[in-house]
Amino acid sequence: MLNPLMLVTGVAALFLAAWCGWAARRDQPTKDWHFIGMAVVSLLAVVQLAVGIVQLARGEDPEQGKTIFVAYLLGAFACIPAAGFMSLAERTRWGSVTVAAGGVVLAVLEVRLYDIWGR
Amino acid sequence: MTSGEGEMTTTEGKPARERLIGGPGMLLVWFYGVMVVGAVSRSVYQIATEFDRAPLAYSLSAVAGVVYGFITYSLVRGGERARRAALVCCAAELAGVLVVGTWTLIEPSAFPDATVWSDYGMGYVFIPVLLPLTALYWLRRARAGVTP
Repeated sequence: MLNPLMLVTGVAALFLAAWCGWAARRDQPTKDWHFIGMAVVSLLAVVQLAVGIVQLARGEDPEQGKTIFVAYLLGAFACIPAAGFMSLAERTRWGSVTVAAGGVVLAVLEVRLYDIWGR
Repeated sequence: MTSGEGEMTTTEGKPARERLIGGPGMLLVWFYGVMVVGAVSRSVYQIATEFDRAPLAYSLSAVAGVVYGFITYSLVRGGERARRAALVCCAAELAGVLVVGTWTLIEPSAFPDATVWSDYGMGYVFIPVLLPLTALYWLRRARAGVTP
């Protein structure tokens, strides 16, 4: 359950990054549709956090330790909302670049999560 | 009145501080924020659980985290004093990355485990070495008064 979720979240994050990168290329700030996209990716991260905690509660053990696993789950959860708020404060193309960077960071976090989970 | 020379003006009591996070500065804050979370959480965890394994590496990660935190705060706060403080810290950060990066390559035995700055920050896609360069460029530009 968790592995496909990591894959979907990571791919979605990369899509969001490409989309916002495109907006930045066209010199546009983030718009409503981008925020809906961010909401979708954030929702995936929330589901991932919930599923991850349930798996831990069931006694599953991540390969590289529970603390690191939970820390990365929380980081993945906070990543896009943080970038989204910053793009609200910066209504230029640079706000879009920030969200694009947020998407890339989340994708990297997903790869690390996959390693930490280890199965 | 934005300070053109900005050399002798003490901007302490002034209400409007020069903004440092306009435009590309926002992206800079984002990356610094990510590095703060990365370096601080990593070092806290490692120091709390396995400090004896690589005390030097984990302490250096903690120092890196504190430096990143201070730069992030300075950027968000804005103003001439914060700009100068951030400039000094970025230079220190760059020196740190270069020294520690070289050190880990020459004397790997001193580092049983990686730090944030190992191998010039290779584990973090070289962001640790690229970030201070970008920040130095950005902060110097901010003084010239061409901030958007």
